[in-house]
Amino acid sequence: MNSKSFDAVIVGAGIVGAACADEFARRGLRVAVVDRDVVGSGATAAGMGHIVAMDDSEAQFALTRYSQRLWQALRPELPPDVEYEQCGTIWVAADEQEMAEVRRKHEYYGRLGVPTTVLDAQVLQRLEPNLREGMTGGLLVPEDAVLYPPCAARFLMERAQKLGAQVQLGASVAQIGQARVRLSDGIEIAGEIIVNATGAWAAELTNGIQIKKRKGHLVITDRYPGFLRHQLVELGYLKSAHSVSNDSVAFNVQPRRTGQILIGSSRQYGAEHKEVDHDILRRMLLRAQEYMPALGPMSAVRTWTGFRAATRDRLPLIGPWPEDKSLFLATGHEGLGITTSLATARILVDGIMGATAEIPIEPYLPSRAGEEHVHA
Amino acid sequence: MNSDSQQRFDVLVIGGGPAGMAAAALAAESGSRVGMVDDNASAGGQIWRRALNGVETVEAARWSERLRSANVTTSFGKRVFDQPETGVLLAEGDDDLCELRYQNLVVATGARERFLPFPGWTLPNVMGAGGLQAMVKSGLPIRGKRVVVAGTGPLLLAVAAYLRKQGAEIRIICEQASWIRLAGFGASLWKHPAKVSQGLQLRKELASVPYATNSWPLAAHGGQRLESVTISRNGKTEVIPCDFLACGFHLVPNVELPLLLGCQISGGYVQVDDLQQTSIKGIFCAGEPTGIGGVELALVEGQIAGLAAAGESKRARSLFGERRKTQHFARLLDRTFRLRPELKDLSSAETIVCRCEDVPCSRLREHKSWRAAKLYTRCGMGPCQGRICGPATQFLFEWNPDSVRPPVLPARVESLASLAKSN
Ligand SMILES: Cc1cc2nc3c(=O)[nH]c(=O)nc-3n(C[C@H](O)[C@H](O)[C@H](O)COP(=O)(O)OP(=O)(O)OC[C@H]3O[C@@H](n4cnc5c(N)ncnc54)[C@H](O)[C@@H]3O)c2cc1C
Ligand SMILES: Cc1cc2nc3c(=O)[nH]c(=O)nc-3n(C[C@H](O)[C@H](O)[C@H](O)COP(=O)(O)OP(=O)(O)OC[C@H]3O[C@@H](n4cnc5c(N)ncnc54)[C@H](O)[C@@H]3O)c2cc1C
Repeated sequence: MNSKSFDAVIVGAGIVGAACADEFARRGLRVAVVDRDVVGSGATAAGMGHIVAMDDSEAQFALTRYSQRLWQALRPELPPDVEYEQCGTIWVAADEQEMAEVRRKHEYYGRLGVPTTVLDAQVLQRLEPNLREGMTGGLLVPEDAVLYPPCAARFLMERAQKLGAQVQLGASVAQIGQARVRLSDGIEIAGEIIVNATGAWAAELTNGIQIKKRKGHLVITDRYPGFLRHQLVELGYLKSAHSVSNDSVAFNVQPRRTGQILIGSSRQYGAEHKEVDHDILRRMLLRAQEYMPALGPMSAVRTWTGFRAATRDRLPLIGPWPEDKSLFLATGHEGLGITTSLATARILVDGIMGATAEIPIEPYLPSRAGEEHVHA
Repeated sequence: MNSDSQQRFDVLVIGGGPAGMAAAALAAESGSRVGMVDDNASAGGQIWRRALNGVETVEAARWSERLRSANVTTSFGKRVFDQPETGVLLAEGDDDLCELRYQNLVVATGARERFLPFPGWTLPNVMGAGGLQAMVKSGLPIRGKRVVVAGTGPLLLAVAAYLRKQGAEIRIICEQASWIRLAGFGASLWKHPAKVSQGLQLRKELASVPYATNSWPLAAHGGQRLESVTISRNGKTEVIPCDFLACGFHLVPNVELPLLLGCQISGGYVQVDDLQQTSIKGIFCAGEPTGIGGVELALVEGQIAGLAAAGESKRARSLFGERRKTQHFARLLDRTFRLRPELKDLSSAETIVCRCEDVPCSRLREHKSWRAAKLYTRCGMGPCQGRICGPATQFLFEWNPDSVRPPVLPARVESLASLAKSN
């Protein structure tokens, strides 16, 4: 791999790097991918795999919804181990204020062509009988789905490899730029296009990227088939995802095909170690039990953590890096990178190939306003 | 949560097998305030919980008595699953949770059986040797049943003898080690008179039962349950009709808790100094996690660890000589019952390796590491947390296990949620 020159060298074999490799390869480019670990072992291994249309901003909605449609189109090709399941999301409203948000969301999604159903307390209780009684209602988004991210990343990478992509695993990258990728052992790989897809670690390779690590915890239970049917997220989640400074937790549970329940979620800045933080874990599980008391006696078999790549305006960084014309970014996906990986790859490669993208790339460009100046 | 409790000890012992009992007794006799926790309903560990033969029960009774008179606070049916902060362990019972605070800790978590996958090993009535013994002890009818005992290690003989006493018909004992290795083992045993007398006793009890060396199971057959076993016996294949297959490939130390605590592990065993202290000051380890060495070694190590944890290192030193003698036996065990490479080829492509997640051998072979296999196949991600398939894949593919995260044993969501931050 070292002697050749490539059209594109992608650093990072998470789901974003894998999707980019696949996209470049399908457009006929010669691609190489380098990762210090195995495919899908970073945040991709830690993520919940909720494929969700999110309306935090118009640009976020456009990217998540576009990507969701790309996942839907890919569905017939996905192998069983990707466990793609269109279980739908229910946004749970605990009070009237959150119910107002349900109606706003319903109207917004509907206007943009995404079907949703407003649920009153009774229907909600019938759909998810293990929710605590006394919820005000909810919003069902039936096209949302879940999948198993490491196998999804592996599927994309293998598809790219079948089209000739070269993948080098276990190789740590020390430096990128000026059409080169230099590994820690000194080997250099040349490529006209270099893509930094190293997720939460992207700023280590590209000076000046405004990304912060945002740590998350998850817990998985033993198998309880039928206990949960939809991905359930509290509407208070928005308050949690939006807080830029404080640690926060939110009720966010997901049914796995195995009958296991995945329990989230937490968000922390300034935590650099992978170790489980007992205090935030405790808060997260207390929150989950507030919504679903029946989770309490369930057997938890594992806990883990992962790092989201957070940007200041909560939108990813996709496109050319202004300071080096060979260098492109595909990072900053925070808690939505599994969902938005496919669309990220599509609009990045569209941009590079001069094709018209289905959604405008401008809101995600690294040069966008609000992202360019460096804060201490 | 009912009756949540908080307790404080000078010396806390995790595990109530021979090593833990000895550690707790000696630490308490030295005047320390001592607690001992075990996840079973009573003390004794793997060997003493079920009365096996006269010799061992006398010894067991002696240690139980010492434990009692030394005033050790015992707590049974509690699984230690996490250390939320230094000096605090959490243990979960069937309907309670306790917080255990300690100055010094003795980890005596023992060992479990190693299973190796082969076609049919997941059929009903194919069981761990120690597992079948335990089930018979708790009432499984075995009288008149035909049993094949297979695998490796001295445990096979003990189990066979026990089952026979309960009326089982032992068709054959298959030991994978070669007779040459076993002869060497036998010849070296003169240094361990207790082991010789145990061995002779077992031999007597097993008179007329065929004991085949160089032999191992190739496949278990049956529809709904086990009907027969194909074995490789000295190079030849033989089919033996039977009702049970009791199978165990020696023991694997339980090092998950020490790993969580941050103790250094090397070659699969917890590293300890002369005083049984691990790489972490104030945390001691005794018994099988430091090396599979049998009950005598577990007892000496336990005594040394208990004394050292109670600040009696001088008295601990007086036991070094005894420990040295029994350590020799541990090395002998390791050498004699090392698994032969042929056992790596027992699985066919379809043979399930991870029973929790139904992962067949073919799906594992394509991966280069435990981490990758785990990520893409979920091998080891089920409720046994890789305790069975981890050691198997370590032997089959030479994969190294991952780091350990809480909970080290499955725990209720509400227990994880009550991890109190010290205040
Ligand atoms: C707890 C949690 C829950 C989440 N839930 C969801 C969800 O439900 N839905 C959703 O859409 N998203 C979710 N996410 C977000 C999602 O997981 C991430 O956005 C996504 O995985 C990012 O993928 P990536 O490829 O950019 O990064 P990663 O998967 O982190 O990949 C980066 C890769 O770069 C490699 N790398 C880094 N530095 C170097 C170097 N110097 N040299 C070589 N290789 C390097 C790493 O080894 C890694 O493989 C969640 C995240 C967390 C933490
Ligand atoms: C299945 C089996 C059967 C055996 N049968 C025989 C036999 O018949 N004859 C013979 O000579 N030797 C037998 N042995 C070997 C015997 O166990 C050892 O020689 C010796 O007893 C080791 O003592 P120990 O104290 O180190 O460990 P153990 O006796 O294994 O005791 C460790 C104790 O710690 C407990 N424990 C572990 N982790 C936790 C936790 N996180 N929380 C709470 N408690 C915990 C365990 O449940 C166990 O009770 C057997 C071993 C096994 C695994």
